Amino acid sequence: MSSENSTLIKLNNAGFKQNDKWLVEGVSLTVEKGKIVTLIGPNGSGKSTTAKIALGIYKNIEGSVEKYTNKVGYVPQKISIDWTLPLRVYDFMLLTENIKDEAIDEALTLTGVIHLKNKNLGNLSGGEFQRVLIARAISKKPELLVLDEPVQGVDYTGEIALYELIKRISDTLNCGILLISHDLHTVMTATDHVVCLNGHVCCSGSPMDVAKNNEYKTLFGEQASQILSVYEHKHDHVHSDKGEIKKN
Amino acid sequence: MFDDFFIRALIAGLGIALVTGPLGCFVVWRRLSYFGDTLAHSALLGVTLAYSFELNIALSVFIISSLIALILIQLQKKTNLPGDALLGLLAHSSLAVGLVVIGFLTFIRFDIMGLLFGDILAVTTDDLLIIWTGGAVILLVLKLIWKPLFASTVNYELAEAEGLNPDRAKAIFTILMAAVIAISIKMVGLLLITGMLIIPAAMARNISNSPQKMVLFSIIGGLLSVLLGLFSSLEFNTSSGPSIIMASLILFILSLLNIKQSIKLKN
Repeated sequence: MSSENSTLIKLNNAGFKQNDKWLVEGVSLTVEKGKIVTLIGPNGSGKSTTAKIALGIYKNIEGSVEKYTNKVGYVPQKISIDWTLPLRVYDFMLLTENIKDEAIDEALTLTGVIHLKNKNLGNLSGGEFQRVLIARAISKKPELLVLDEPVQGVDYTGEIALYELIKRISDTLNCGILLISHDLHTVMTATDHVVCLNGHVCCSGSPMDVAKNNEYKTLFGEQASQILSVYEHKHDHVHSDKGEIKKN
Repeated sequence: MFDDFFIRALIAGLGIALVTGPLGCFVVWRRLSYFGDTLAHSALLGVTLAYSFELNIALSVFIISSLIALILIQLQKKTNLPGDALLGLLAHSSLAVGLVVIGFLTFIRFDIMGLLFGDILAVTTDDLLIIWTGGAVILLVLKLIWKPLFASTVNYELAEAEGLNPDRAKAIFTILMAAVIAISIKMVGLLLITGMLIIPAAMARNISNSPQKMVLFSIIGGLLSVLLGLFSSLEFNTSSGPSIIMASLILFILSLLNIKQSIKLKN
């Protein structure tokens, strides 16, 4: 299943220490082409830190990161942009790579913000800005997407549509995705592999494996575990071409 | 029609404005105006060394300013002092050292006013060569590092994550700052160089909605300031530096009027 050449990024026992305090330690995970790996965990459990280790933003890390691609798209959790810059959405789309106009339009259309193309970035709402961030990351047609809470501030229907979009992108571009999400529902429907963090990896595996794990249950509570199993039950049937449900 | 010295000053000034335009935008965007001041103040030391050892002024200013930039980076790593305190420390101590050294060099007559505020009479044909070739190199390098520098100005982590190497771009930009100060010191004077970097860029910010436009307007603003400033400097017999900076200030004020008008139009 995990042939070496489909690996995009591999963390080996990686960790990061700031002011003598471990933000996260001992994380090992692999993101492969076409697969979605999701990091879950409570606040301060080191999810964003793990993403930044993977991206090479944090230097002087423990352990090692093996990176097999340079085509990376990143949607950070927090982004502070200095508004002393006159920056339109269009300029922002070209920030790290020169992308053709058609690709820009396509990405902005997919995330539903094409009408904002010539607007000043500083005038967008939180949700609009988030959609632009996702559009920018996917317009590069990256091999690896790192999405840190990508739908924060997006309205509920938009949230579902964007997660569907993310899933579709992973399929069509065959790119690997490292996703950080609080939304356990999403995690269960779309993810291939779940890594549950709490300063270290407390458990990892398929969504179902993680749901059964006792450490996960103590971290998220019994109810969260049930959410997982509800979604897992969806897989006991398949849909035929005509939409009929066939039991396995 | 005009004296040779004035033609030289014009060519020099226009060359400087072409370079300070785009660099000034980054100074505004990255909030480096005090950093620019520090490098400029240290330039006095560079000038005194040039006189003492008969070096080229631009070269020795470039070396000293780069050195000060390196010292600043080291101090930032080794102390917990805030950046502006370190900048102030370096700016004023290097200015003081420069002035003390001048005091010792009694065998040379210094035109202190010329050093501080610029002197169009001082521009030689050699200076023109330095300004235009140096300026061309600065602009070329800036074009090469534009993408990583601009991306990391907007957001450092995005630039780093997507493989643009922002640290290298920042280091190179620091050297470019030292270089632009070196080539413009004679003309604008060390107290006013930062004004030449900031004011046209600030003016441009008021009237632009994209980074490219801001760079373009910043260059145009700089060129106009040099033209207006130098002609009035000739007319009223004022120092070239203050005259140029005042011209750019007038343009800045005009750009504010433009904003008010466009707001009125919208309503």
